[in-house]
This record gives sequence, C-alpha cells and structure tokens, in this order.
Amino acid sequence: MEWIDSYGLSLATFLPVAGAVVLLLLPVGADGLLKLVGTVFSGLALVVGVLVVARFDYAGAGEIQLEVNATWIPQIEASYHIGIDGISLPLFALSLLVSFLCMIYCWFHIPEPGKTKAFLSLILLLETGMTGTFVALDLILFFIFFEVVLVPMYFLIGIWGGSRRQYAAVKFFLYTLFGSIFMLLGFLAIFFQGSSFDMIALRNNPPLASGTLQNIIFVGLFLGFAVKVPMWPFHTWLPDAHTEAPTVGSVLLAAIMLKMGTYGFIRIAYPILPDAAMYFGPVIGILAVIAIIYGALCCFAQTDLKRLIAFSSVGHMGFVMLGIATLTDRGINGAIFGMVAHGLITGMLFFLAGSMHERYHTREIAALGGMLQQIPRFGALLVYSAIASLGLPGLAGFWGEMLALLGSYQPGGGLDPFLFRILMIGGGIGTVLTAGYLLWTLQRVAMGSIPEKFAAGHNIPDVRPLEWMAWSPLLVLILAAGVYPKLVLGVTDEAVQTLLGAFGG
Amino acid sequence: MILAQSSATAGRAATDFMWLVTLLPFLSAVIIGFGGKRLGGRAHIAGIAAVGGGLVLSLVGFYQLAAGNATVEASWVWFELDSIELEFGMNYDFLTGVMFVVVTTISTLVHIYSVGYMHGDKRYTWFYTALSLFTGSMLFLVIANNLMQMFVGWELVGVCSYFLIGHYWEETDNSSAAIKAFIVTRVGDVGFLFGIFALFIAGGTFNIPELNLLAEEGELTGTIATVGALLLFCGAVGKSAQVPLHVWLPDAMAGPTPVSALIHAATMVVAGVYLVARMFIVFEHAPAALNVVAIVASITMLIAAALALVQDDIKRVLAYSTVSQLAYMMAALGVGAYTAGVFHLFTHAFFKALLFLGAGSIIHAVHSNNMSDMGGLRKFMPTTFMTFIVGSLALAGIFPLAGFFSKDEIIGEALRAASDERQIVAWIVLISALITAFLTALYMTRACVKTFFGAYRGHGHPHESPRTMTVPLQILAVGSVAVGFLGFPVVGPFPDWINVPGEVHHGFSAFYNLALPAISVAVALAAIWLGFQLFYFERFKVDIRSGRFAWFYRLLENKYYIDDIYLGGIVRPIQYPIARATNWINQNVIDGVVNGTAWGTVAAGKGVYGVIDQRVVDFAVNGAAGLTGFSGGILRYIQTGNVQRYAAFLFVAVAAFVALFGLF
Repeated sequence: MEWIDSYGLSLATFLPVAGAVVLLLLPVGADGLLKLVGTVFSGLALVVGVLVVARFDYAGAGEIQLEVNATWIPQIEASYHIGIDGISLPLFALSLLVSFLCMIYCWFHIPEPGKTKAFLSLILLLETGMTGTFVALDLILFFIFFEVVLVPMYFLIGIWGGSRRQYAAVKFFLYTLFGSIFMLLGFLAIFFQGSSFDMIALRNNPPLASGTLQNIIFVGLFLGFAVKVPMWPFHTWLPDAHTEAPTVGSVLLAAIMLKMGTYGFIRIAYPILPDAAMYFGPVIGILAVIAIIYGALCCFAQTDLKRLIAFSSVGHMGFVMLGIATLTDRGINGAIFGMVAHGLITGMLFFLAGSMHERYHTREIAALGGMLQQIPRFGALLVYSAIASLGLPGLAGFWGEMLALLGSYQPGGGLDPFLFRILMIGGGIGTVLTAGYLLWTLQRVAMGSIPEKFAAGHNIPDVRPLEWMAWSPLLVLILAAGVYPKLVLGVTDEAVQTLLGAFGG
Repeated sequence: MILAQSSATAGRAATDFMWLVTLLPFLSAVIIGFGGKRLGGRAHIAGIAAVGGGLVLSLVGFYQLAAGNATVEASWVWFELDSIELEFGMNYDFLTGVMFVVVTTISTLVHIYSVGYMHGDKRYTWFYTALSLFTGSMLFLVIANNLMQMFVGWELVGVCSYFLIGHYWEETDNSSAAIKAFIVTRVGDVGFLFGIFALFIAGGTFNIPELNLLAEEGELTGTIATVGALLLFCGAVGKSAQVPLHVWLPDAMAGPTPVSALIHAATMVVAGVYLVARMFIVFEHAPAALNVVAIVASITMLIAAALALVQDDIKRVLAYSTVSQLAYMMAALGVGAYTAGVFHLFTHAFFKALLFLGAGSIIHAVHSNNMSDMGGLRKFMPTTFMTFIVGSLALAGIFPLAGFFSKDEIIGEALRAASDERQIVAWIVLISALITAFLTALYMTRACVKTFFGAYRGHGHPHESPRTMTVPLQILAVGSVAVGFLGFPVVGPFPDWINVPGEVHHGFSAFYNLALPAISVAVALAAIWLGFQLFYFERFKVDIRSGRFAWFYRLLENKYYIDDIYLGGIVRPIQYPIARATNWINQNVIDGVVNGTAWGTVAAGKGVYGVIDQRVVDFAVNGAAGLTGFSGGILRYIQTGNVQRYAAFLFVAVAAFVALFGLF
C-alpha cells in the first residue's frame, strides 16, 4: 500500500474531476449510466480516502504526512505541495464522504430542470475543489482550489435553484470573490515578505514581525475566510444561497464549504500571522458571539425551514470561531470537532429539508405539521437531527460547543479572560436560544396534527431506501462522535499542539 | 485500560459490576427501539427484565457495601487533550448505592405499572424505549465519577423528560410543556456547565472525589469555591425545580402519569439534590453558597406548598408538593444536615411515587385529572384508596410512616443548627419547615377528601385498576411504611451508610428528644383536622374569593404571576418582536449594505459607461488633437524650470508615500 503515500491524496482529490471529464464524454440522455459513473468515481475517491485514513500515522498526527512536494510554477516558486495532518484529516474525510452521499442521493432525485450530466459533473468538480482545499500546502494551490468551488456552486444555485436562484447565485459568487481578492492580496504580501508560498515553511518561520503590516495582511486573509465561514456581519449571502440551492448544493455548502473558511484560519492565518491573530483575538471572539446570538434570534423569525437551518449555521459557526479565537488547545480542538459535527448534523438537516420540500412542495413552516404522524420515521430523523443540533451530549453537537466555551473560560495567547468570560456567557445564552428555536420548529413541523392540505388523498412516502443509504452514515457518525469524541479529538490534538507552538504553548 | 481500581477485597464483588446496572436499560432501549412495532404489546418485557435485573444487582451491591465491601472507583479515558483528561468512570459508594436502589426500584415498578396504564397506547413501544433510555441515563448520571460525565447524563435525562412530557404531542399544550421543561432546565444547566469549568480550572480535575478532597484539604476555598458551588447550584435549581426555575414542573404533568411518578417525583427531579449532596464537601467549604441553598429552599418550600392548596388538578397538587419536598431536602443540605437530606430523598421517592401512581390509577378510572370530577372513590377503588391514604400520611409525616422519620430529622437538624451555631439561616429553615409541614398535611387532606370522600361527581362508572397497577401500589405502600425504620433514631443503620466522610458523624441520635416529634406530629394532625373541617364538613365557610384575602387567593391562582412574567417579559419578546427586529436589521441594514454596494457598483458601472466611456473617452479620441494641445499647455506650465516648484512636488509625493507606508 505504499503507493498511497505518494499518490493517495492526489488520487482522492482528482478522481472526481476525472469523473466529471468522463461524464462529459457520455451521451446526455443516459441518466442511469451517468449516475453510475458519477457514483463510481466519487466512490473510488472515497475508497482512496479511507485508505488514506487507514494509512495515516496517528501517533504523529502533529506532522504533515503523505506529503508530496513537486515543482509546479518555478517562476513564482509555487509548488504542488500537498499533505495531511491531524487538523485536515477529519475534514478531508468528511468532504469525500459527504460528496459520495450526495451522489447516492442524486440517484432518486435530480432537481428541476434535470440536465443530469451537467449536474453530476458540477458536483464532481466541486468535490475536487473541496478536497483539494484541505490537502493543499501551498498558498497558490490553496487559492486555486478555494476558488474552483465557486464556479460549480454558482451554476448549481443559478440553474437548479429555487425561485430567486439568480440573485442568490450572483450574490454568492460576487460576495465570496470579494473576500477572496483581499485574501489573495494577503497571500501575495506574505510571499513578498517571506519569499515563499509554502504554508509549512511559513508556519515554521513566520516571516513577519509583529506590527501593523502583519495586522493589515491578517485583515486581508480575515476578509477572505470570514466571508466563507461566514462570520457576522459577512453572512448575508448564506441564507439566500442555502435557501435557493438545490438539496445537495445546500448539503455540500453547509457540510464542507463553510469549513474551508474556518480551516483557512487554523491552517493559514493563525500560524503564519500569530501576533496578528492574538491582536485580533478579541474582535474575532466578539464577532463570533454576536453570530451565535444574532443567528439564533434570526432563526426565531424565519418562516422558511431551509432559511432557518441556514441561519442556525451562522450560530454554529460562531461557536467554531469562538473556539479558534480562544487560542487554547481546548478551544481549537473544540472548533475542529465543531466543524465536523456541524458538517454531519447540518448536512443531515439540509438533506431532510430538501426531501421534505420534495414531498410537500413547500418549505413554509406554517404549512407543515404532524410529520411524526404521517411519516414517522422521517419525523424521527428530523427530531434526532434537531436534538443533535441543539448540542445534546451523547450526540456530536455537544463536544465542540462545550470545548469552545471551556476555552473561553480561560483563553490563551495573553487574551483578556474577563472579556472571554463575558463571551462565554453570551455563548451560553446562545445555547438556550438554540434549543428554543429548534424545539419550537420541531413542535410546529414534526408534532401537532397533519394539516388538512396533506391529510387526505396525499400519499406522502416515509424514508425511502435510497435515502436511508445516503443518510445512515451521517446518522451513525453523529452518534459515534457524540459517544466517542476521541474519534475526532484523538486525531486533532497533536496537530493543534503544533499550531499552538506559535503562541508560546 | 482501567486506570484506578480500589476494591479492597481480592475477589470480584458485585460492587465491581454496578456499571452493568447502567448498561442494561440502555441495551433494552436499543432492543425496544429497533424492535419497534414488531414487538407490539410485548415491548415492556425487555424493559422490565433489564431494569428488574438492575434492581437485583443494586440490592446485592448495596448489601455488599453494608457488609463492609469497599467502595469502587474505576475509570477509563474518554478523551484527552494536552490540557484536559476527561474520564469515563464509575464511583460506587453508599450515596450511589442508595440512589441505585431508589432508581431501579421505582423504575421497575413504573415499568410494570405502565403495562396496565399504557395498554393500547399507540406509541407503546416508543414509551418503553424512552422509559428505558431515561433509566439508563439517570443511572449514568448517578454513577459518574466526574462532573462532566454527570452533566452528560444530566442532559440525557432532560431530553428523555422532554420526550415523555410531550408523549401526547398531538396537543400543542403538551409539546409546549415539554419545551418549557427543557428550556427552563437548560437555563440552569448553562450555570451548571460554567460551574464545572470554574471547578475544573481551579482544581485541575473533573473528578468528584478529588474535588471534594481538594475542598477538604483547603485547596479549593474562597471566592472560586463559592462561585463554582453557586453555579453548580444553578443546575440543581433547574433540575430540582427550585425558585425561580420551578415553573416547568407543574406543566410537566402533561406527560403520562407513570412518567410523572418516575421522572418528576422520585428520580430525575432529585438529581439536583443529588448534585449538591455529591459535591457536599465543596459546598461545606463555601458557606455563603450553602446559605444561598438554604434560603432558596426555604422560599421554595413555602410558596410551592401554598400553591398545592389551590389546585384542582390532582397531579398538580402532587407536582407542587414535589417542588416543596425537594426544597425540604435542599434546605436540609443547606443547614449541613447531609444525612437527613439524603434520607428524605430516599423516603420521599417511595411515598411520592406511590401517590403519583395512585393518582394515575384514579385518572385511569375517571378519565379526568380534575378533583372536581372525582369524589367518593373509596367505595369504587378500595386498593387505590388504602394505598393513597398510606402515601398521604407518610407525606404528612405521621408516625410511624416513612415521611415522619425523615422530616423530623430535617426539623431536628435545623433546630440544632439554629440553637448551636445561632445561624439566622437555620432559623429561617426551621420556621419554613414547620409551616410547610402544616401546609403539606392540609393540602393532602384536601386532596384525599376531594377524591375519595363525599359523593362521586364525575361521569361513567369508575372501577378498580388491573393488578399490574395495584400491585405496584401495594408494594410502594409497604415501602412507605418500612423504609422509615432504616432511619429510626439510634438503631437505624441509615446514618452509618450516609454521612459526610471525614467528619465526626452524629447520626440521628445526638440531638434527638421526644418533644420535637411530638410537636411536628401535632402540627400535622392539626392540619388534618382543619382540612376535614374545611373540606369535608365545610364548617368554616370563608369566601376566599372575595374576602379580605382575595388578593392572596388571586396571587396563588395566578402562580404569583411568575409564569406570566417569564412568558410575557422574556419568552414572547424574544420569540417575536426581538427576533423580527433582528431579522429586519439583517434584511435591511446588513444585507442592505451588501445590496446597496451591488446597486452602487452597477450604477457606477453604468455611469462609467455612459459618461466616461461614451463621452469622455470618445470625446478624447475624437478630440485628440485639441487635447494634445491642452495637455501640452499644462505640462508646459509644470515644466517651467522653476526648481522650487519641482522640489515642492517631490516633497508632496514623498510625503504621500511615507504616509501610505508609514501605516505599515
């Protein structure tokens, strides 16, 4: 299995896009064949991903493994440098898994207006972009993967989206691009200071002395990542994009793409610009807690279920950013755990919202009800996912939030404990609000009686076999990560310690 | 990989296997949950087997403890970071042992009782799944050797409670009650979690025995211990329904009655008392926190007992009674009466579960919760009647029933604290406890009179419940008589089991004199006599609705308006105006900036196209010749050869660059 060491990451990253190319060569109408080929390529990528996970040396999770460093564009010293460590491994695995599950989900449902070939090709292209982002160790390579995802997502929303799809797609594209430009400027500034695009070299020898220049570059990177996360107040593209995107688009957006922003903070901004990270720590913490409370409050006001879940993401990502801002191993491990948990749980919630829309042809909370009576298994999955989302211990949502709050109790990096304890209290209030809107949603959607509109003459199917196939891995992992948090924390801690080396422990 | 195991005996004792008691209900929950509808009416078998097996093991384990086996602490690593090691462990000592016996006993009986009570329910299997899951979670909470694990169990019992309160979720009122319970307790839980953080950072561990040891050794004292203890107490206030977070428990009666007996009387709601008892040494070394416990409990026991007097719903009478009795336990801990507090927890579980199951039997017969639909039931339901009376007398504290012993110990200990240490707090507890004892006997008399005496006021023909329901009642009635003797002054073994380690334990005998029990029984008998005069013979006709004390009656009827303040002052504003305002700001201000930028950019683009591209550039191209001449003029003006002017331009340019880069 030694080939995994050299080729595993590249294969996992590029198999999907190869699949996209193959799809383009196939005839347009052959839906079954197209789906099969798409699933096979995504599945092969997942198999390689599993081999990578198996090959990974967990004792040395703090070090970059399965590293490949090849000359790429020598003129600007950009190299094809990829590798994986304890921070990126969970996200790498998650993106391969969720993409594959989306492929399975596509077997029974391609949204209007069809065009299976284009739809699946775009998902595969998206998969390459997302996976590549988590293995790239060169800033230019990272930037390319980071931007590659914009194009397929733009088309997924703009063609297969809901009624306001064009507005949402353009907004998503331009907003993210706006952030990315500052990020790219930041990368270039780092290059001119450190003469390298190599993230690991830059991490080991941060090129900039503390001071204004470092802070300005940090702001550039911050804008790029904060839009992606999205942090308050850069989040307004998210509800529109999520609401209008087709189901698998929402799932991939929530489960993976948002993490590219938080990952960027942990992998690039914090280690390369540590002093600025400490300098801006309070600001990031404050914005994170605003996002938690603000996101929850907005959730109470939503009438569209998908939009509600989208706003809940704002709050949950707020916990992730709070964890990162604390500069402690508790907070940052909690943040990575939170990323994985949010990917599993919110991905699952978007699957459910999509399937619900496909069944009832509405996402209006007021129009729904009594799901536990009409489609009890489906209703039970909704209850399960919502309870996981509100951070119940024993399910995945808890540990990330708990560790982020614990990190805030006693922040590192010389941050003001008083401020962060206030932030912790804010986060605590956020957990109450989160429970409030989620249980209220369950009450209106899952409980109560079946609305007359759907009561008679409607044959609403319960969970279908293909849906079980696409969802069971998520359901099992939500429980597994909750019961056995070491599943994630056992991988991440070494790498987080390496990262925290830059902050004096 | 067992890190620590301290079993004194060489062989394997049952005490080493107490984790199995916790595991069994989880297994049965999985079996019933996945068996689902296929199990049909047999779903209860797995539950009864698992919990009943746990009961046997709990009794054996407790017997071994009593016979001198060492307590067991064992743990595994749950996860570890560089700065945290979180354990997953068990801590089996007398306190755990007592709780195990209580939980498995009541749970087994409730499992059996529900076979009759829930017969034909459309979510029968789900009911048993949740019941088993609850039992497992509760035992997980109890056996935890560290606070974080306890918190996990704590939240799990909370969610099971949410499921079971909302069991009949077709009615919005029921699901609202479930949400209320979850949210109100979660408010307390946030405090609990922060308390865990505070103690973890101060003591460097989540481990309960270690934290207690640190407190005992004086390494966990002062402000941080007080803050930590008070925050933990927030969790206890939520879970054990103390003021001001007591509002959820009466509404929780929306759940099936066996659930009320198990979760909302005997087990889950005592978790708060258990938490304070578990961390008692930390609380002892934070006297300010302990005083807060005592004061909150004193207020709670009085206002809840008063509310129990005016309820028509029999379950709500019992619910307020539970709030009041939980406060009794808390108050005991608050004045340092650790043994008495835990003893009351133990005895209360039996007679309060009995009363709830009795109420369930009545409701099953008359199909109503309201006492105005009852009356005269003693003729129709003799077993239920007899057992209910036993439970009521036990609750009222009549000799020789269980409540008498435990309640008297609390009053006695409060008196001791009040007279020996001259604490004002102890006086408050003592007086509140005596008044509450009077009110308790009064409202229970009222309830008994209204349900069992007089003429039947309901519809249909009430009947005695099936044996699956009456046998648990009989067993609990026996328990309500018998368990009090475990704490019989001087000879009862309870104080030998439950006492504060490291302290000279004075048991129950040291401050015992005969005057005290005589007074408290006299108070209870007076209340019963008054109750009969008021509610049976209707002697004293006082119109409380319009007389001088009408305001007080209205206050009680409206539950002191606390629910209204919470709902109108906090919940609804957040739910509607504040949420909508935030959303409005989001759409119009924050997103307005985004859309405005986009709009501005488009407008600027059009402007650039329309003005500059179409006019200026075209004009420039068209008028190139003329422009050349024009610019030539400007350039000629600059290049005048004036050195001073050159220098001035250079200076401005450099200054601009310096200003720009100076920022860097």
